[in-house]
Amino acid sequence: MTGMTEAGTPTDKRVVLDVEELSISYGSKSALRDASFSVYENEIFGIIGPANSGKTSLLKAINRMDLVTSGMKVDGHVRFLGREVRKWKNVFALRRMIGVVFPLPVGLPLSIYDNVSLAPKLAGVSKKSELDDIVERCLTRAALWEEVKDRLDSLGSLLSGGQQQRLTIARALSQNPRLLMLDEFSIAVDPVTTMRIEDVLKELRQEVSIVLVTNLVQQAERLADRTAFFLNGEVVEIGATSALFNGECSDTRTTDYIEGRFG
Amino acid sequence: MFEATELNIRNDRIQERFRYLFLAMAVVLIVPVLVILSLLVIKGGPVLSWSFLTEFPKNGMTEGGIYPALLGTIFLVLVALLFSVPLGVAAAIYLSEYAKDNWLTRVINLAIINLAGVPSIVHALFGVGAFVIFFGFGTSILSASLTLAIMTLPVVIVATREALQSVPHAFREACWSLGATKWQTIRKVVLPNAVSGILTGVILEVSRTAGETAPIMFTGAVFFVPFLPESVFDQTMALSLHLYTLSTQVTDVPENLPYGVALLLILIVLAMNALSIGFRTYLRNKKKW
Ligand SMILES: Nc1ncnc2c1ncn2[C@@H]1O[C@H](COP(=O)(O)OP(=O)(O)OP(=O)(O)O)[C@@H](O)[C@H]1O
Ligand SMILES: [Mg+2]
Repeated sequence: MTGMTEAGTPTDKRVVLDVEELSISYGSKSALRDASFSVYENEIFGIIGPANSGKTSLLKAINRMDLVTSGMKVDGHVRFLGREVRKWKNVFALRRMIGVVFPLPVGLPLSIYDNVSLAPKLAGVSKKSELDDIVERCLTRAALWEEVKDRLDSLGSLLSGGQQQRLTIARALSQNPRLLMLDEFSIAVDPVTTMRIEDVLKELRQEVSIVLVTNLVQQAERLADRTAFFLNGEVVEIGATSALFNGECSDTRTTDYIEGRFG
Repeated sequence: MFEATELNIRNDRIQERFRYLFLAMAVVLIVPVLVILSLLVIKGGPVLSWSFLTEFPKNGMTEGGIYPALLGTIFLVLVALLFSVPLGVAAAIYLSEYAKDNWLTRVINLAIINLAGVPSIVHALFGVGAFVIFFGFGTSILSASLTLAIMTLPVVIVATREALQSVPHAFREACWSLGATKWQTIRKVVLPNAVSGILTGVILEVSRTAGETAPIMFTGAVFFVPFLPESVFDQTMALSLHLYTLSTQVTDVPENLPYGVALLLILIVLAMNALSIGFRTYLRNKKKW
């Protein structure tokens, strides 16, 4: 790897996601240059950075949404579970192993039950009892079960924003992903719900690796084991969260951003 | 400072005048509709009766009902739908969900716009050349309906595409990121939420198809047949053509008779339009996101 700070790297753990010299561009416009980092088992990897720094583009490259984004060009390597994602013959299988949560909550215009059971059903699970199990388990893990268990038939897209965001998390968990990617999940969610979801993520860390893109610096501080700072398509710094937030940054821009001096 | 100047006052007066001018123009719109409708109701109203709807014409069309023409129109429209709906919906799905912005897509879009602009008599000639002669369907319901189908295809495609586009893109991305294929996404999320919009378009298409005369008069609809069609290869009578012949070809027709047919035709079209508007309002009130 390059000379970036890699303090706090848990070398004894398995790598789930390995990004190497990744560059992304749209037409002639570059969105991300030479990003390299790894995400390990059972860790929360935080990504902070102001708008336009290429965070969402990175997530799209990981689960191959570049295939459906016109003009998006990806160079370099993304390895998921040791395999280059561009060489996965079946991108649908790849996406099933990576849960995604979007900035604005997307409750599909289906029942709450179908929102969670849709993906497993499409992947071939047909036994009602099995689907019931998945729905209850995922909604419980997303801290939504108690609120909706009596109205699983009502539309998921008409829940409140905070509920929809938890529904999205439940849906993202419905296929037992190995990686969960959250893109600024709290942007349209009230502080109380944000805290509840943060608690959920702390629990989930036991079973799944998490990439947490966040617009709230303190959220990264609260949750992430390691944090990367992105700025205008450049990965400025990657380090143990505790170190970065204790002022041990190797780049003054990171310190400035963390302390709120720009961005 | 707060006083109106000479100029303000003049501008104000001018603007008032234009307001009334435009209002007058808008009101003029209502006049022909009202005149046509009241004329039809007054002159044609007395003709409409149950027997008018259910009996064959008699005495060289000068008496009796319009049963075969009514049935023929329904038959023509249904067979046309059979072709235009699957074809139009499939084309719209391709254009909205699969097509990339390349030359092929642009050519297809251009074709749709042009198809919509072709005069119906030209469609009629195309129908004669293609379906009656080349495919050898003869002058038949099949030929006439195919001609109607091609003519109304743009309506179905445009309505369907709009209905599909009104389903937010975020739903598709959410589905894809779950590992759903494009087709699974269309089937489970996009189509179910577009189906009512598509139906609205189809109803509008019906109302347009029912009134057309030119495309069917050379391809399958005839002036008079003494029996009902038994298959799509038979010829048939149709309301629009019946009205045309009654008004121009037959002598000694009682004055009210053509008005009755016209009123019936208008009622069918209005009913379809009302249905489509009602449907749209119903949808707007039934929010799903
Ligand atoms: N579909 C697209 N087409 C063209 N350019 C795009 C597209 N998506 C992103 N970009 C460009 O790529 C750059 C990085 O965007 P990206 O969405 O990855 O940033 P981000 O870090 O997620 O920003 P934010 O914090 O606002 O979400 C931006 O300059 C943006 O304009
Ligand atoms: Mg973003």
